[in-house]
Amino acid sequence: MSRVAEDAVSASTPTGNRDLRISQLTKDFASFTAVKSLDLVVPQGSFFALLGPSGCGKTTTLRMVAGLETPTSGSIHLGDLDVTYEKPYRRPVNTVFQNYALFPHLDIYENVAFGLRRRRSKEVDQQVNDMLDLVELTSQARKKPPQLSGGQQQRVALARALINKPEVLLLDEPLGALDLKLRRSMQLEIKRIQTEVGLTFVHVTHDQEEAMTMADTIAVMNSGVIEQMGSPSELYENPATTFVANFLGQSNLIAGEIVGREGDVVKVEMQGTIVSIELDRAHAETGAGWVGIRPEKVLIAPAGEPIDAPGNHMTGAYVTDVSFVGVSTQYLIRMAWGQELMAFEQNTGVRGIIPVGTQVDVSWRPEFAFLLDASQDVNAGIEVA
Amino acid sequence: MSDVLRRPGRIRLWIGDHLVLALGLLVLVYMFVPIAVVILMSFNDNSNSRNIYAFRGFTWDNWSNMCNPTGMCSAVGKSVQIGLLATVVAVILGTLAAFGMVRHSFKGKSAANLIVFLPMASPEIVLGSSLLALFVSSGNSNLLGFRAIFIAHVMFCLSFVIVTVKSRLSGMDANLEQAAMDLYANEWQTFWRVTFPLVLPGILGAAMLSFSLSFDDFIITNLTAGQTTTFPMFVYGASQRGVPMQVNVIGTIMFLVSITIVIGNELNNRRKARALAA
Repeated sequence: MSRVAEDAVSASTPTGNRDLRISQLTKDFASFTAVKSLDLVVPQGSFFALLGPSGCGKTTTLRMVAGLETPTSGSIHLGDLDVTYEKPYRRPVNTVFQNYALFPHLDIYENVAFGLRRRRSKEVDQQVNDMLDLVELTSQARKKPPQLSGGQQQRVALARALINKPEVLLLDEPLGALDLKLRRSMQLEIKRIQTEVGLTFVHVTHDQEEAMTMADTIAVMNSGVIEQMGSPSELYENPATTFVANFLGQSNLIAGEIVGREGDVVKVEMQGTIVSIELDRAHAETGAGWVGIRPEKVLIAPAGEPIDAPGNHMTGAYVTDVSFVGVSTQYLIRMAWGQELMAFEQNTGVRGIIPVGTQVDVSWRPEFAFLLDASQDVNAGIEVA
Repeated sequence: MSDVLRRPGRIRLWIGDHLVLALGLLVLVYMFVPIAVVILMSFNDNSNSRNIYAFRGFTWDNWSNMCNPTGMCSAVGKSVQIGLLATVVAVILGTLAAFGMVRHSFKGKSAANLIVFLPMASPEIVLGSSLLALFVSSGNSNLLGFRAIFIAHVMFCLSFVIVTVKSRLSGMDANLEQAAMDLYANEWQTFWRVTFPLVLPGILGAAMLSFSLSFDDFIITNLTAGQTTTFPMFVYGASQRGVPMQVNVIGTIMFLVSITIVIGNELNNRRKARALAA
């Protein structure tokens, strides 16, 4: 039986294009649809993150790629190899499970050697020792998993999957159980290993910071569909939906009425002010829209003082809340029309903290604003872990 | 003043320390006196005594002539035979049933979970008499004896096996099997490399429980035994006239076997705990 597994794996060793291609993938459960007609291409060798709140279908997608869940319809290809309905042990894909799922009855060495032994691989000893070296666990080789700390267990799980040199390595919230500091260092560690081994990594997480730190490309998922896909900076700087605007970082969304296109900008009437949005940042053309601006792009100054931004300055605002968080100061500003906007200011020390109640003027550079369709829920993506 | 206050405190402390200890020891004595008597009596030289329960002097005779009482050793043999056979069959059937009941959902699953407990909860005398009635009324009274005892023992051991293995299985992380499959183990390898080793302690526990339940059983066995005599039946019969001292030898051996298993298990656990602490 294991010969079959080995053949299947060796038959699919890299030849030409080995992208992971998911098309029209759907998974229905008895009472709901977890993944809706998902299309996705993960280029070979990239670090790809599926980001979304719990229940958005990201883990189900991952499990279908691993073969642990059978798709209702659609297909999954690795290069030309159709693995949609292939058994999990016959696809060149390995998984780092959320709770590690280390075998408690085997020691660390045997946990790492498990995949090689099943495929009757040669030079198991050499490979296992190299891998334990890579994750710096050589001295723990003969211990059992429960004797290791969370971070060490996490590295065993990574080594156990990596040693098989899968074409795609799936990481299912691999750092969720670690404390913040350890998580930060593991993020960099995993990123380093990925660069070193050059395999395709698909990483599932609900932690937007983690996704942005590690991934080349992020797909933001919400209720079974991909809302937007792109590099971390693309997604952050130019979100296409209110969900992405709120889930990835924070956004100020201000109601406005679209006036129309003028050259390569879209003009929007926003609370008595006309603002211009660059065409490629305008995700709505007519009717009502949300004008979005990231809090750190919002510039404020005590009323009458200059602000380093061209165009309109909005007056009649005052500070309602100040939180000093060290690297920055976060202000809540009550605008003339009653809405509260967030403004984050770098703690450069040039100016002191503006106290609560101070009258301020507000502005931003027009190239940082974005325009979203007003039919979307302004609060989508807020209040998620 | 302070002296007067301090003294009762000290006395109370002394009492607290020593009285609790003394009571604890008494409870232990209470529990172990019967076993001590069994061991002691296995060395009792009562060959010339009228009162067979009086300790007359030390001898190895009971141990060297263990099988002297007519029918005793064959009764022990029967009990061991039935015990082993019933254990093997009950463990195999029960383990399979436990897997089915934990891993699959089917109509009547919760009812099945309840029904499994019934043989454990029913009074043995009821089970025994109903089994006797069943064998006789179905025209299978020729089964009474070894075969009927075996069938009855498998029946009551089954529920214990199912319950024990089930709890072990449901405590097992289902991700482990998926991880094995993910790491190129097919269904067969996943079972033997991951599932089985992890469930094995539960299966072994169930086997030990089954054997001791079967070896020990008197009521159901007596009702289904026909002409067969098991060890508990032999002891019961002999006690009418006076239990031969060799029964204590068998008792001592049984005690030694079980205490060896318990101590071995404890040592193993401590070794594991030490390894964990290291």
